[in-house]
Amino acid sequence: MIEIKDLHKSYRMGSNSLHVLKGINFKAESGELVAIMGSSGSGKSTLLNILGMLDVADSGEYTLDNVPIKDLSETKAAQYRNKFLGFIFQSFNLINYKSALENVALPLYYQKVGRKERQEKAMSYLEKVGLKEWATHLPSELSGGQKQRVAIARAMAAEPKVLLADEPTGALDSTTSYEVMDLIQKINDEGNTILVVTHEEDIAHMCKRIVHLKDGVIVEDKKIEQVRAQQYV
Amino acid sequence: MFNRDRWREILEVLTSNVGRTILTAFGVCWGIFILIVLLAAGKGFENGIRADFGDIATNTMFMWTRRTTKPYEGLPKDRSFEFKVSDVQAIWDNVPNLRFVSPRNQLGGFRGGGNVIRGIRVGAYNVYGDYPEIINQDPMTVTSGRFINHNDIREKRKVAVIGQGVKSELYEKGEEVLGSYIKIQGVNFMVIGTYKKKNNDGDGEEAQKEIYVPFTSFAQAFNRGEDVGWMAITAHDGSSISRLKEDIIRVMKERHKVHPEDNRAVGHFDLYEQFNRVESLFVGLKAIAYLVGIMVLLSGIIGVSNIMLIVVKERTKEIGIRRALGEQPWSIKKQILMESIFLTIISGMAGIIFGSLVIYGINSLLDSVGPVDMFINPSVSVGVVSGALVILMVSGLLAGFIPANSAIKVRPIEALRTD
Repeated sequence: MIEIKDLHKSYRMGSNSLHVLKGINFKAESGELVAIMGSSGSGKSTLLNILGMLDVADSGEYTLDNVPIKDLSETKAAQYRNKFLGFIFQSFNLINYKSALENVALPLYYQKVGRKERQEKAMSYLEKVGLKEWATHLPSELSGGQKQRVAIARAMAAEPKVLLADEPTGALDSTTSYEVMDLIQKINDEGNTILVVTHEEDIAHMCKRIVHLKDGVIVEDKKIEQVRAQQYV
Repeated sequence: MFNRDRWREILEVLTSNVGRTILTAFGVCWGIFILIVLLAAGKGFENGIRADFGDIATNTMFMWTRRTTKPYEGLPKDRSFEFKVSDVQAIWDNVPNLRFVSPRNQLGGFRGGGNVIRGIRVGAYNVYGDYPEIINQDPMTVTSGRFINHNDIREKRKVAVIGQGVKSELYEKGEEVLGSYIKIQGVNFMVIGTYKKKNNDGDGEEAQKEIYVPFTSFAQAFNRGEDVGWMAITAHDGSSISRLKEDIIRVMKERHKVHPEDNRAVGHFDLYEQFNRVESLFVGLKAIAYLVGIMVLLSGIIGVSNIMLIVVKERTKEIGIRRALGEQPWSIKKQILMESIFLTIISGMAGIIFGSLVIYGINSLLDSVGPVDMFINPSVSVGVVSGALVILMVSGLLAGFIPANSAIKVRPIEALRTD
């Protein structure tokens, strides 16, 4: 599903440049649930941004679902993001003047799905994350866990190939974190490929595979026994 | 363009900070208000001046003969000559785009002695021998009876159309005018009509004291033969008489053996040229109105642009989210542009409505206090209003342009940064 080869990325900071990714090789099959771990500054967010086409690598290859990702124009990148990727952010990033339903429907709007179909689809995803009753509420009226669930529904709505989650539980207390992880695991059970960036051990162990990043290189890549979040909820 | 979601979003954004939106809108509203009011004031002034010109066909010249100042083809200088009736046809044949060529003979004139007698009453009036077309060049309203016509010309009828001023001096009040006779320099003419000219100031009184008789009967009655005293020539609206007059005068000089460089032999007065001078004043006024109005509008536009920049700044994160979710850059740009245009047009409309109300107020004030000198019916035309709307549309586009570009310049990753 995802394949990257010898990925390099450096940031220019004034006169000196910071080499963040120093040759990453990584492969993820369809249906995997991968945790990307590492301390801050290890390059995990940069990697996720590149995978999410929010940023471009300096060199290396990136193939997503057999489509080579390179030299994208902004328009093309927007198209690919919409079609291939769903984002879940640490700070939820809901649009605060739109209701939960409208937020979920947004990616579908960009796909030019008709109004009615869009609403139905968005509603069914909200139902899936258990927030059907909250459809008309604004994000400010929702709790953190609910916001993240809306964000997950939004990421799912466009039916992407890959879900990218950047510290999805970073802003949540542990109970809510487990609820969110439970949801992510269930989505994964349905066969979706999910990449989770986290620095929390317990969250990482709820995935099926852990990739450790340190100073811009992968130092460890192991399959693990998945801990179900269900039992903590 | 007519996308329900897009419009909802525009309204959501603009109503999210109502106070700021209204203040921004006020800048544009004020600009277009000034523009409209200035243009209306200019128009009112123009209307006032035009009314002073009266209804006279302005694309007209008057032409008469004087003594020659140069010898030519064996003829001496200081020779006097007269236009002939045949000159009229010659002008028609040689000069295109003319509308009227009216030869004219005249009796009386400024401070002339008494020349018209009716019973025991005597008056001094201008008496014109004219063709019927003169009524188009020097418009007048026939208040009773009729004006002279071509049958009168052909049959050399001794008939006359008299002004209201003549009527009030020569007739008792209530006395029947039509069918009565007046004696002009000893020749009896039957009165067939009365006229009234629109009062233009200055010679308004004088203009009502004229008598019109057919050109041919005038010539016969007062021994003018084929001579023509002067001519009033009007060109079609498309072509200016100022340009045609050179040709006309050249034709006259050729026909009367006048030296081509003798500039004094043919006297003329170009009404159009006079009118043009005033016209260019109107153009200047209009230009100033537009300049001032657009300058004020410009500051309003800059205000809009500023606010849109702030809005974009505030929404940087949101724009980042949208792009991460796959919104096309162009779509974001369009959104910002439409917000800007919408805001500009709505506030501009408010300005137009406000301006129109003020103009309406001034008009009804003018109506109630009576006519003011040189200022009549200030107004703006539909053309000006739609022009203003186009200006608004373009300026809204311009105002949104920089903010829209800065909106898509921010890379999504920077927008999404949590710090």
